[in-house]
Amino acid sequence: MAFQFPKSSETESSASRPPSAFDSASDIIFRRLAWTCAALIIGLVAYILWALGIQALPAIGEHGIGFVTGTTWHASQDAFGILPEIWGTLYSSLLALLIGGLFGITIAIFLTQDFIHHRLASVFRTIVEMLAAIPSVVYGLWGIFVVIPLIKPIAAWLHETLGWFPLFSTDLAGPGLAPAVLVLAIMILPTVAAISVDALRRIPYKVKEAAYGMGTTKWEAILKVMLPSSSSGLLAALVLGFGRALGETMALAMLIGNSNQISLSLFSPANTLASLLASNFPEAGKLEVQALMYAALVLLAITLIVNIVGLGIQQYTVRKFEGKL
Amino acid sequence: MSALQEKSQVFVAEPFQPESDTVIDCAVNKIYYGDFLAVRDSVVPIEKKKITGFIGPSGCGKSTVLRSLNRMNDLIDIFRFEGSVMYHGQDIYAKKVDPVVVRRYIGMVFQQPNPFSMSIYDNVAFGLRLNKYKGNMDERVETALKHAALWKEVKDKLKNSGLSLSGGQQQRLCIARAVATEPDVLLMDEPCSALDPIATRMVEELMLQLKENYTLALVTHNMQQATRVADTTAFFSVDISQGGRTGYLVEMGPTQQVFEAPRESLTKDYISGQFS
Repeated sequence: MAFQFPKSSETESSASRPPSAFDSASDIIFRRLAWTCAALIIGLVAYILWALGIQALPAIGEHGIGFVTGTTWHASQDAFGILPEIWGTLYSSLLALLIGGLFGITIAIFLTQDFIHHRLASVFRTIVEMLAAIPSVVYGLWGIFVVIPLIKPIAAWLHETLGWFPLFSTDLAGPGLAPAVLVLAIMILPTVAAISVDALRRIPYKVKEAAYGMGTTKWEAILKVMLPSSSSGLLAALVLGFGRALGETMALAMLIGNSNQISLSLFSPANTLASLLASNFPEAGKLEVQALMYAALVLLAITLIVNIVGLGIQQYTVRKFEGKL
Repeated sequence: MSALQEKSQVFVAEPFQPESDTVIDCAVNKIYYGDFLAVRDSVVPIEKKKITGFIGPSGCGKSTVLRSLNRMNDLIDIFRFEGSVMYHGQDIYAKKVDPVVVRRYIGMVFQQPNPFSMSIYDNVAFGLRLNKYKGNMDERVETALKHAALWKEVKDKLKNSGLSLSGGQQQRLCIARAVATEPDVLLMDEPCSALDPIATRMVEELMLQLKENYTLALVTHNMQQATRVADTTAFFSVDISQGGRTGYLVEMGPTQQVFEAPRESLTKDYISGQFS
């Protein structure tokens, strides 16, 4: 039975009315619209996976798991292996995350923990975020003309004096891992910094009061209270930064040297999956395109796994530190 | 306000002369937030091992004065304090005094429960670790939780997050955190305002226990609470005669005297509920 409204004569001055037909209809329309948008996104992801899969299917059948463990890429000999690219993708992204993450979170701490006036902080934040607006190709050019010449003498010195150390075992001939990682670190910095700033800002003022009320110094308050309190947000920043580093294409294709080798050395040229795709597509034959589609699927899978693992760790820290037990 | 203006243009309360020893001698001359004069002319001695209650209407500056006692207000950069807070013979507002040190000896419990997002154990051990405590940590944590009447409820889940507790439990956890290091003085800024009557009762009983070992200062909106726990009561009010809304001390004395035979008519009006 429908809800019985009080008779209007009894409540003449009352402003209570049921929602009009228009209100109810717009509610339903809005709900359906939201559902449609959500479904479209899921459909789009599924379609991309399906389209890639169909095109990669011949290559998957031909090369199987050997594609992932193979170390050579010779289109003319029909030899396709992407282990060096997988290595290069993960290695360069991890190093970039190490540098970019460290600087990004440090900048976020600097901007949120009353080191500078909040107006100056917001100006500073805008400048950091502007780094994200610079096109990838500009970063690539800047890397070639600025970063490589800049670090070449340092690399040479490191190689000569500490050559026995695996990280410095080769000399930097031009493009290579080091300039690529440095530029990549700068590229993910705004993502990490912006999300970390939000995470640190979300800490309620009363938590800050509690920390200083216990007699912490600023450093102790940040290290022992602020960072743990925002750990899940900071992790999200790192995961997103890492995801960005994994997929970054243009700047890396210009800087990393596109050489199929697995080396720990920071100065040897290397290759990444995204860079392989970008550099090989234009001149690829039918078989190579199929192999590239397979490589794209692998990149997608890596990104997906990183995001899922990151999400898992984040959920864990939310439960562990933020008390949603 | 009329009674006040009749008496003098700028009212200053009669100084309260405590009979027992004082731990903190707070003499506020002026407290500013930017250009805003928040509190003026208030001399508030805090007696040793007693509970000093601060009461008064909203905006009367009682919280501001309390927070000046351990330099918590320094977190607000437009805050400016004129006067002195003598603590064991030294002015905590002297230039060479580090507010961090002050806060380690004068602890604070806040209006809203604010446990850290870490385990119950780590919350209580926080101050101990901060002060590089070398003794038996487990024992100290247990004692503090017992003091805060929380031990029975949490002893089997010390590893759980402090935020997983209910509001009342969280507040008692914050009290345990504050008393774990056994600070000299404990400041409580409306510690029961977010609590239900049962939890309020528990915290009040706790305060009465704590005063055997600690000196307490308590801001409360609840006059019954002041009569139940405070030995000495300071009544603050708002002065709008100077154009702003400036808080000041109207009267301070033994709680019973303030509530049963107030010297000032303003105090009488307030505690009889004729003016809020």
